Amino acid sequence: MGLENVIAEALPEVLTTRLDSLINWARKSSLWPATFGLACCAIEMMNATTSRNDLARFGAEVFRASPRQADVMIVSGRVSRKMAPVLRRIYDQMPEPKWVISMGACATSGGVFDNYAIVQGVDKIVPVDVYIPGCPPRPEMLIHAVMMLQDKVMKESVRDRRDVPEEEARQAVVPGTLPVTDGSTARQNTLPESRPYTIASRHERRRSS
Amino acid sequence: MSSATIPPQFEIVDQPLDTQMTISMGPQHPSTHGVLRLELVLDGEMVVKTTPDIGYLHTGMEKLFEYKKYQQGIVITDRMDYLNPLGNNLAYVMAAEKLLGLEIPTRAQVIRVLMCELQRIASHLVWLGTHALDIGAMTVFFYCFREREKILNLIEAASGGRMTPSYFRIGGLMMDLPAGFENRCKQFLDNFPKAVDEFHTLLSGNRIFQRRTQGIGTISAEDAIDWGLSGPCLRGSGVNLDIRRANPYSGYENYDFEVPTEPDGDVWARYMVRMREMKESHKIATQALARLQPGSVKADAPKVVLPDREAMKSHMDALIHHFLIVAEGFDVPAGEVYHPIEASKGELGVYMKSDGGPKPNRVHFRGPSFVNLSALPMMAEGEMVADIVAIIGSLDVVLGEIDR
Amino acid sequence: MSEQVPSPDTTPSPLVTALQHEHPEWINEVIYAFGETTIIVPREQIVAACSFLKTWPEGQFNFLSDICGADRGVEEEPRFEVNYHLFSTTKHHRIRLKVVLNEDDTHVPSVTGVWRTANWHERETFDLFGVIFDGHPDLRRILLPDDWQGHALRKDFPLRGYEPYSLK
Repeated sequence: MGLENVIAEALPEVLTTRLDSLINWARKSSLWPATFGLACCAIEMMNATTSRNDLARFGAEVFRASPRQADVMIVSGRVSRKMAPVLRRIYDQMPEPKWVISMGACATSGGVFDNYAIVQGVDKIVPVDVYIPGCPPRPEMLIHAVMMLQDKVMKESVRDRRDVPEEEARQAVVPGTLPVTDGSTARQNTLPESRPYTIASRHERRRSS
Repeated sequence: MSSATIPPQFEIVDQPLDTQMTISMGPQHPSTHGVLRLELVLDGEMVVKTTPDIGYLHTGMEKLFEYKKYQQGIVITDRMDYLNPLGNNLAYVMAAEKLLGLEIPTRAQVIRVLMCELQRIASHLVWLGTHALDIGAMTVFFYCFREREKILNLIEAASGGRMTPSYFRIGGLMMDLPAGFENRCKQFLDNFPKAVDEFHTLLSGNRIFQRRTQGIGTISAEDAIDWGLSGPCLRGSGVNLDIRRANPYSGYENYDFEVPTEPDGDVWARYMVRMREMKESHKIATQALARLQPGSVKADAPKVVLPDREAMKSHMDALIHHFLIVAEGFDVPAGEVYHPIEASKGELGVYMKSDGGPKPNRVHFRGPSFVNLSALPMMAEGEMVADIVAIIGSLDVVLGEIDR
Repeated sequence: MSEQVPSPDTTPSPLVTALQHEHPEWINEVIYAFGETTIIVPREQIVAACSFLKTWPEGQFNFLSDICGADRGVEEEPRFEVNYHLFSTTKHHRIRLKVVLNEDDTHVPSVTGVWRTANWHERETFDLFGVIFDGHPDLRRILLPDDWQGHALRKDFPLRGYEPYSLK
């Protein structure tokens, strides 16, 4: 959003308490999640949106498929090593303000699967705001986590959420990360040169609250 | 465009307009039912070729089984086909029982059949909800999940977990059904056929749904068998094959049910097969509920099956057995078995190889979704992009089972 | 290594007897255990045996349930085995064919010409064990990432892999 940049640049010395409360109230009341259901927790996330446990009451009305229109990414399910760069790319595509809820034991810390294939905790890839334990957590727990996130949102300040300039964002997403079928790897013995998946963007230094 | 440099692998070559483009659908996509990536080669809107790219949910479960004792592996099987966890449990447990040569008491077998059929209904409800949601009917999604909540309540009452119950054990069940379960189950089963009729009213007569599903994604019976399809996908092409009839297990030969088949082989046929299967599952579940007789739910094998807690607290040998089973596990005779069951998606087979110790040497799950998805390129050639969504929905793929 | 585990029915099934009459060169060994029949087939004959079993009126094994690799252990010789689980949709019987391989020579002819479903199963066995199927139209990794080094389900591959995941 341009508002934060404008405020931060134009009024660096001014406290923005009232403005903060208003904007944070607006943000917390309409947190739109990005669909990032990976495995079993995704089904419980779907259960949280259905009529018995209605997540839409708390503002999470629409699950946006495009990350560019989403506020919160609920990582529900185990993140495998092949999926990890994709996760990072989706996170980078979300505009500020954005939050991450790590749902379930596998997203929080690898869960039952302490082996070669699963990333042991999604906080090795993206900064997480709320962790939910459980395998899978009940839908009520997801609703509680959304409410905890809302409390967290209320405590933030507007100037924390400045958007990242375009060049830096474009550098962070390396195109060509997904493989294209181009024949057999049975006879290739060379290691492809390692490339960085992303650069650490500014948001990751703000992990304190 | 600003001053961003284009990486060298994407250099623009001056060529006349090529009508074909390759795009990547997924892995994060609302309609691929999980983290599936499809590489589509499109000619305008028509699909020329599609290649599924899987592995985004690969969890290394088969390797984990080799490091865990047999009873610890039951927990992992829940997470495989997460819409049908009791089916996965059953396949694994029955393979181990085949190796051990255990005989399961009747009450345990009847409860296994009852829970598996309830689980099959729950799995088909999720299929119907998400399939209809992809095609555009949003109401059906909420109605299906409302019915599914009732089944999840029942499973949670019996085992403690809604979606990861781990209810079956090697040699029987975890514990007996709680008090009042039969009444609640009967209440659900009495009201269920009305719900299926409601879904039919919403979807089957709807011209939009019919236009979007009839004639789409056709596969013939010979191709279906050649590609290894099983379950409703195979029965939707006219092949009358159901593992519950072909290689019966757990007492299925005593139940009276039909195997629905449809001749056309398109999305509509698979839809009708699964709707009719829900009614057949309801029939089997009602019969199973009527057959429940008091009895034991664990096999008579003290070295394999955990004793009852009261016995464990009062008898010394039960305590010793409990300790040994939990701490060291039990030795399973060396050998290999392949045990297939009819899961909600098709033939779920477990290949279990033991070398005589408490941990298996190799466990392999033949996931039906893995094989069903391999037939997608054939079904999708020549269809529009929007039809791909309908075809994937009709195949009923669960990525947890494909990638394991 | 003939393991005749005593089971209630140790009479050789008529199918295997008939097969032994017609093509004895395909049968290295027969194992009956736990109600299942396993035939160990030499590696070069696997395609011929599979296509024969598919069309043979006694067999009619037109459905390939599963191809499953196994690693017997690092010091075992032969080390790898590939199991083919066949099923007949008309006669409802099952049989398992097994090919055993040494560690230094893990090539097997591919059966994708017999059943097209073998395509993905063989890719998975290649991916997880490193067994190379000659004649496969598209042999590449299917479950692990394309740039993965090593074959994950071998017994000498550690459970937790070689290094923890990091973004860089």
